Amino acid sequence: MSDSVDRKVANMPEELALPRTNGELVFATPWEARAFGIAIALNEGGTYAWRNFSEGLAAQVAAAERAGIDSTYYERWLEALAQLALAQGLITAAELNAKMADLEDDHHHHSRTKRQSGVVKPLLGIPDSF
Amino acid sequence: MHEHPHNDPAAKTKALEALLVEKGLITSAAIDEVVKSYEEDIGPMKGAQVVAHAWVDPEYRQRLLADGRAAIAELGFTERQGAELVVVANAPEVHNVVVCTLCSCYPWAVLGLPPSWYKSYAYRSRVVREPRVVLGEFGLDLPESVEVRVWDSNSDIRYMVLPERPKSTEELAEEELSALVTRDSMIGVGRAKAPE
Repeated sequence: MSDSVDRKVANMPEELALPRTNGELVFATPWEARAFGIAIALNEGGTYAWRNFSEGLAAQVAAAERAGIDSTYYERWLEALAQLALAQGLITAAELNAKMADLEDDHHHHSRTKRQSGVVKPLLGIPDSF
Repeated sequence: MHEHPHNDPAAKTKALEALLVEKGLITSAAIDEVVKSYEEDIGPMKGAQVVAHAWVDPEYRQRLLADGRAAIAELGFTERQGAELVVVANAPEVHNVVVCTLCSCYPWAVLGLPPSWYKSYAYRSRVVREPRVVLGEFGLDLPESVEVRVWDSNSDIRYMVLPERPKSTEELAEEELSALVTRDSMIGVGRAKAPE
């Protein structure tokens, strides 16, 4: 473990050399940006105190590191967000699963439609940049 | 991706956003605004302005060290999430460095989002245990006579380092000074740049 830890720090300058905005790579993928924005927007809308999210994130980070799970920072962030939304009763697990299944079906249907007719149907009004 | 939709973070994020929007808890426009501000506007150049102002204005420096949150507000910057901002000043005999050992707390208003290494297990665990070694890996070799202070951020208190003003910068204007202030110098893993 300590070898890989040392190697990570030794590699810092290379990480710093990644493409940057404002001096730093901000988000690696569009979903990371959305997951970030959802957590902040819910807090700023008064849905929860920042500490509640922050502690949940720290717990996700600690659990992953204890278990040696090589998840990314934003995967842990997303898990903290989902767990908090469930714990606060903002959504239920059943709703989340159903929505993921809906979007998945829509995606398949969407792909078929596209192949057949070239028509693209928007997904539930979610912006294209999503 | 299609075989494991429940492990797909993109799908899960999309589902979360759609549900929360349907329930009226957030709007996609509010999320867009947050993302845009962090991608395009909020970044370490704001902290650099704060530092340069503190270098040229001793009274501002005092206010900054006494109440960081109020002092950055004077320049139009607001630390979000209601967090306190504590600014710690480097001096010839004291060097400060900032970490968040639990996750990634960071003074967003003045530094933007943290670099990836700040969030790494390696940095979070090692900078507390062996700060001089870690600083050395960043190219910052401090003499034994310099005391190193490590500040552990949390959800209520975020830290920023006020680096020392480089030598031979007496003639520079505030804007030129701010160009010498690096993000790393405000985390404490580097120094402000020397003038060219």
